[in-house]
Amino acid sequence: MTDLPIAPVAAVTADAERSKLSRFLEAYPPLVLFGITWIGTMLAVALLADVLAPYSYSALDLKARLSPPVFVGGSWAHPLGTDELGRDVLSRLVYSIRISLLIAFASTIISATIGVTLGLLAAHFRGWVEQLVLTLVDFQASMPFMIIALAVLAFFGNTLTLFICLMGFYGWERSTRIARGLTIAANEQGYAASVRDIGASPFRIYGLHVLPNIASTLIVSITLTFPEVILLESGLSFLGLGVQPPMTSLGNMVGYGREYLQSATWILLAPSFVIVMTTFSISMVGDWLRDRLDPTLR
Amino acid sequence: MTKLLSVENLCRHFPVRVPGQGVSALFGRPATLRAVDGVSFSLEAGRTLGVVGESGCGKSTTARLVLGLMSPTAGKVWFEGQAVPAKRDRRWRALRQRMQMVYQDPLSALDRRLPAITQVMEPLTVFNIGTPAERREKAQELMASAGLTPHLFGRYPHELSGGQRQRVVLARALILEPSLLVCDEPISALDVSIQAQVINLLLDLQERFNLAFLFISHDLKVVRQISHEVAVMYLGRIVEQGDPESLFQHPAHPYTQALVSAIPSPWRRQEAKRIVLEGDPPNPVNVPSGCPFHPRCPHAMPACRVSAPELTDIGGGRKAACHLLTTANGPPANVSPIHVSAVSTA
Amino acid sequence: MFYFLIARGFRALVTIFLVLSFAFVILRLSGDPALLILSPDAPPEAIEAFRQGWGLDAPVWKQYLGYFLNLAEGNFGQSMRDGRPAIELVAERIPATLAITLPAFALKLLIGIPGGIFAALNRNSLIDRLVMSLSVAGYTVPSFVLGLILVLVFAVKMGWLPSGGYTSPAHIILPAITLGLGGAAILARFTRSAMLEVLGQPYIRTASAKGLIWRLVVTGHALPNAAIPTVTIVGFMVGSLIAGAVVVESVFAWPGVGRLLVSAVANRDLAVVQAILLLVAACMVASNLIVDALYGWIDPRLRTGRNLKAGG
Repeated sequence: MTDLPIAPVAAVTADAERSKLSRFLEAYPPLVLFGITWIGTMLAVALLADVLAPYSYSALDLKARLSPPVFVGGSWAHPLGTDELGRDVLSRLVYSIRISLLIAFASTIISATIGVTLGLLAAHFRGWVEQLVLTLVDFQASMPFMIIALAVLAFFGNTLTLFICLMGFYGWERSTRIARGLTIAANEQGYAASVRDIGASPFRIYGLHVLPNIASTLIVSITLTFPEVILLESGLSFLGLGVQPPMTSLGNMVGYGREYLQSATWILLAPSFVIVMTTFSISMVGDWLRDRLDPTLR
Repeated sequence: MTKLLSVENLCRHFPVRVPGQGVSALFGRPATLRAVDGVSFSLEAGRTLGVVGESGCGKSTTARLVLGLMSPTAGKVWFEGQAVPAKRDRRWRALRQRMQMVYQDPLSALDRRLPAITQVMEPLTVFNIGTPAERREKAQELMASAGLTPHLFGRYPHELSGGQRQRVVLARALILEPSLLVCDEPISALDVSIQAQVINLLLDLQERFNLAFLFISHDLKVVRQISHEVAVMYLGRIVEQGDPESLFQHPAHPYTQALVSAIPSPWRRQEAKRIVLEGDPPNPVNVPSGCPFHPRCPHAMPACRVSAPELTDIGGGRKAACHLLTTANGPPANVSPIHVSAVSTA
Repeated sequence: MFYFLIARGFRALVTIFLVLSFAFVILRLSGDPALLILSPDAPPEAIEAFRQGWGLDAPVWKQYLGYFLNLAEGNFGQSMRDGRPAIELVAERIPATLAITLPAFALKLLIGIPGGIFAALNRNSLIDRLVMSLSVAGYTVPSFVLGLILVLVFAVKMGWLPSGGYTSPAHIILPAITLGLGGAAILARFTRSAMLEVLGQPYIRTASAKGLIWRLVVTGHALPNAAIPTVTIVGFMVGSLIAGAVVVESVFAWPGVGRLLVSAVANRDLAVVQAILLLVAACMVASNLIVDALYGWIDPRLRTGRNLKAGG
């Protein structure tokens, strides 16, 4: 009987605890939490590649060629096994993550910069500048980017810098559309017009007022471009037309691993898994961000 | 008294495309939208000119032309003895300090990502006046004058009520100590109870800073209460102008009569019946020849279809643009002066 | 409607012109075509002869004009590998590509659109969640990974289907499924959000409030309106029937246009790359025009041509 008054209190606390937890899970669904964790891990791996990788990505271990991963008959010397030249799959994976993320980041930044700049120019000058930008947007949107990328690679050959710049043209038209639309809306009526009427310079209007206001919508759209760049890069690398050996990227690893589809599946499965998990995580987090930041955009 | 602002024969036409026939249907037929078509008026320091008219009559375009936010097709605007430049050059920037604008929707006129006080300070920052500390002090002072309490200073626009936001907009407009404030429908987005407060604030600020207002509204009651002079616009022209009491008591122009008869009033007498206009609503792309009002005017005469009446003096400090008033026929025969009782907005 | 299509046709011409100019500029920027197409150690006389033959010693505007004239005559240049006309090489690959892209296209429509509609009508149900999860998976799994996994399971482990090549109808199955599943996922996502958008509109509430049977509300009001955004993405898929299978063809060693493109890029066979680029552009533009015509048919606002400005 003495614990009677205590029990309800405990129940209440437990209830409160539970509702706190469920509220937390509602705001941060498990898949989103997983996505954030995965992205964080990938970033850490990319940054700390030199520390994490047990071997150099091109180091050969000819005595241990096509050695399987540790739990399917392999040894701890090569936890994810080795490829046909005895190169450590784990090390190659770590460096591939670094290269793939580097390309995706750099390209997304280029694409966002081009897109937002053109969108602002179109909205600021209107008239023929806007028509020109819109024609370019239509052109870009109506051609499959893969074909354009292949054509450029055919004509120019391939270096890492060129490849990043090329990927940087992916998805710019979406940022342009969004930036132009929102800026026109801001210019026609509203805060941007009122600051302009005060006599502020265009740099002040766009840099201090318009950009911070449209940033959340833009960031959401850019977040959704990012996984697509990873997919595009890995696709081209898979075809052997993207990142060139001896450098390695995730798509590149899958491409070389397919030769051993029957005998050494692990070479191909490890990078495939990383590609899928990474794009999945970013899409999840991107969708979640979109719902949180910008309910108007679907 | 010297004129603070004078506007001479101001015009603003926009090239537009309207649906055409045949080949021109592809791109439309070019046409001219006469938003403002020959408007003249003047305003003295510390006074208020109210501009009324239905939507699309060119009120807001007039406001933008006066401020030099838009370049006129013809005509000139003189402000403090200088022509208002149409291009956004250094002189235009300098004029921003003397004339400011208040907007219809205070929420969209404010940047939702910056606290109120930062936005009030912004004009000082733009013109690089004073140190940051001085700017802040000045902004606090003006926000207090606009009736905002200190705990509201650091709030974001969405954390303020509609009336508070309009007070922030007012403080921002006044921080450069302008002599003219152009108010484009400054209260129509506000609740009725808040409207009266903002009107009283405007009157208070006018007295304190010797401000002149160009006050644009479709709310006749408010215009009557706040203005020293009223101009009625129809299709880009001023059709009647005069002091609010006599203009609203005894409207001379048939259009003004129709407008005034539409003011709801609990004291209206039975015989003062509402004048309902017929015909198409005004379209500034297709302005009728002669008097623009003649297709809807109940008293139109043959002359009205041919020539447009000039805005002429009709005595008592009032002006009107109507052939009925200037020809020998005298004022419209069946028009009895419509009684409008004292309007209370309290 | 007629004028609307003319305006769109004009826009299509502009797009084609842009693609051609893009190819021309890239071709000229990429260095001396003589050195690229012949080997750098070719005899100087041969290089000179090539330059004259292609008019490369003429001023740029003349080259530009000549380039268009050549294309107008159907002269897309010759493959540097076997000296045959590029357009011929491409044309003989088209049937193989269509053999997998057409079944895949049917698969996309048959899975994607009903899936999307069903998910939208049963929002937040188990089926909706299932469709959406599969759709996210279809979007995040690259086609080469999906293809290789299918090969691993159905060809290597089970031995039911061939893993690659082009000899029997059974060979079509895996590439078509790989291509179709990815597209179906995208289509389902689009259809679902278009349907949800339409179902939230007041006219749907009005229609169901006035007592219309829900099935009629859906078929009579919701579907036609949701079709408008969906048609756009389907049009894009039609346009990429010719060259939308680059990666999948590579995975399954399928002798289609896509693989020709990949090998042409790897060998820098510029004439072939250019011919494919123009072919794709023509397909995209043509399908865009068809989509516009469909818009006019679905959307009565465009039929009258009143919405000219908004439509352009």
